[in-house]
Amino acid sequence: MASILKVKNLVTKFHTVDGVVNAVNDVSFLLEDGETLAIVGESGSGKSVSMMSIMGLLPMPPAKVEGGQALFNSKDGPVDLIQLPYEAMSDIRGGQIGFVFQDPGTSLNPILTIGKQISETLIRHLGISGREAKDKTVSLLAEVGIPDPTLRFDAFPFQLSGGMRQRVMIAIAVACAPRIVIADEPTTALDVTIQAQIVNLFKELRVKMGVSTIWITHDLGLVAGLADRVLVMYAGQILESAQVDELYENPKHPYTIGLLGALPRLDTQESKRLVSIDGTPPDSTILIHHCPFAWRCAHAFERCWNEKPALTTVGEKHTVACFYAMEEGR
Amino acid sequence: MANKSISHGADSRLEIESTFKDRLSYLGRLLWRDRTGVVGILIFTTVVIAAVFAEFLTPYKPLDQDLYASKMPPMWEEEGSPEHPLGTDNLGRDMMARIFYGARVSLGVSFFGAIIAAILGVVLGAVAAYVGGRWDEIIMAPVNLVLSLPYLLFVVFIASVLGSSLLNVILIFGVTNSPIFARVTRGEVLKIRESAYVESAISAGARWWRVLLFHVMPNLVGPLVTLISFQISAMIFYEAGLGFIGLSVPPTVPSWGNMLSEGRRYISSYPWLTTMPGLAIMYTSLGMNLLGDWLRDVSDPRTRRSGR
Repeated sequence: MASILKVKNLVTKFHTVDGVVNAVNDVSFLLEDGETLAIVGESGSGKSVSMMSIMGLLPMPPAKVEGGQALFNSKDGPVDLIQLPYEAMSDIRGGQIGFVFQDPGTSLNPILTIGKQISETLIRHLGISGREAKDKTVSLLAEVGIPDPTLRFDAFPFQLSGGMRQRVMIAIAVACAPRIVIADEPTTALDVTIQAQIVNLFKELRVKMGVSTIWITHDLGLVAGLADRVLVMYAGQILESAQVDELYENPKHPYTIGLLGALPRLDTQESKRLVSIDGTPPDSTILIHHCPFAWRCAHAFERCWNEKPALTTVGEKHTVACFYAMEEGR
Repeated sequence: MANKSISHGADSRLEIESTFKDRLSYLGRLLWRDRTGVVGILIFTTVVIAAVFAEFLTPYKPLDQDLYASKMPPMWEEEGSPEHPLGTDNLGRDMMARIFYGARVSLGVSFFGAIIAAILGVVLGAVAAYVGGRWDEIIMAPVNLVLSLPYLLFVVFIASVLGSSLLNVILIFGVTNSPIFARVTRGEVLKIRESAYVESAISAGARWWRVLLFHVMPNLVGPLVTLISFQISAMIFYEAGLGFIGLSVPPTVPSWGNMLSEGRRYISSYPWLTTMPGLAIMYTSLGMNLLGDWLRDVSDPRTRRSGR
């Protein structure tokens, strides 16, 4: 498989009055064509910020992408999204890379009909007439599972339920047949039954349109049934990356092991307290020169406090940034 | 299609208007539901008709003097006559004619004043918020300075320097009220600019001017409509106030403020000289406020549907 997005050494910082926040520290990863990549991590781990940096959606200032590349295999050849001027970036956004946000309640303009908001994107990127855009919008609405699409074209966002609104957001994201869809916690604001529907919708669209997906989430349970590959982020860094089955069966990083151990299980008989990882993530205003997980790690030894572990291959398509895991594997 | 099984119970009562006829009948129902809006429109329409068709509604000219028929009380009093339904003033000019023609000044000043103020203020406020940084400071410093001055005193000062003419009054009201619009617009734009739907519009590739025109501006309409209607009725008051101290339009022009000012001397013996223009001012601004309330509700699809 060819890679469609190659992110190299991405560094993003926020210059705030309280100091410099190191949001993304040297993140590199690959997205392959047609793949669904999940980025998991707790709040503030830099998963959203790294995606927003790539898309140029961060408010600058205070944010600043201080280094790195994001090579995107666009329809007109490879481009570095980080270096791209605003206008060219805006052509790619929505046209070749779609974005689905977390909260469908606020992500739609409350006073424009949903039909207008979808056709706006179509007209912008495909250069078609309003009439054609309307027809296409109606078929898109049908495609994302909205009943009575012709009627709903003139509905305002507040007339739809949360799940329906998220379907509209997805319709906007996939309207111009993008190569990548980035979904930033698209199910967090929805209840569980709707979550399942949205996940199924994504799976369907993936088969139909062959689109590559980056799915940002903190829900490991969701990832298991959806993603091909998983990146585990912590304190602005990638700690582990593996195919989804491999990660669940054979997690290497103590953080990943801790996360999986913290999942509530239905298949145990006796009721137990839920396991949690002690401690809190490090202060992101301090630049860390050792393993960022060392404070909370039961296996931390001297080297962990002196050096920063780099991502090292430990299996097929399985990399981990942990000295303990490397020693153990040897 | 997948997920046919989802229940649409909550959505089944949806009223969606897709055709023009639908929308028109919907507007009718909307009006019917909000009776105060109907009252506002009625009041407002009568004032506009009086101003526009003054020539046809009364046989008298507002400046025609008839000293034989001076100081006649309104027709419902003993000495009144149906020839002058609202009586005449100290120079025998017909009160009704003067009030009808005076509506032109009040409406003209308040409408054009409010429109100039709104355009000026919205442009300033939107630029300040959207460009930000140093431009924000350069624009907002004088705006805040003007807002910190006692308004009426400021207006009286400018009016007395510039002299009284209709155009001057409109320009004064337009310029001195624009800071309020600038402040409201700036605040709203700052809020809307950070909203998730603007972010998602940008992430769908919308260009900056499209975001401004189609996502930011339409969301400004609600607050601005409220402000404009409020400002129009305030300007009717201020115009009357300026007229009362002789700083609005020249005394030869019939205006409600000028009428109040002239009638003041006779307030104890011929009270209708002040009561009539006073009632006209009250009536107009009441209508304007009711109308403004309704317009605000209608301009926002969310409040439009709430069954109040």
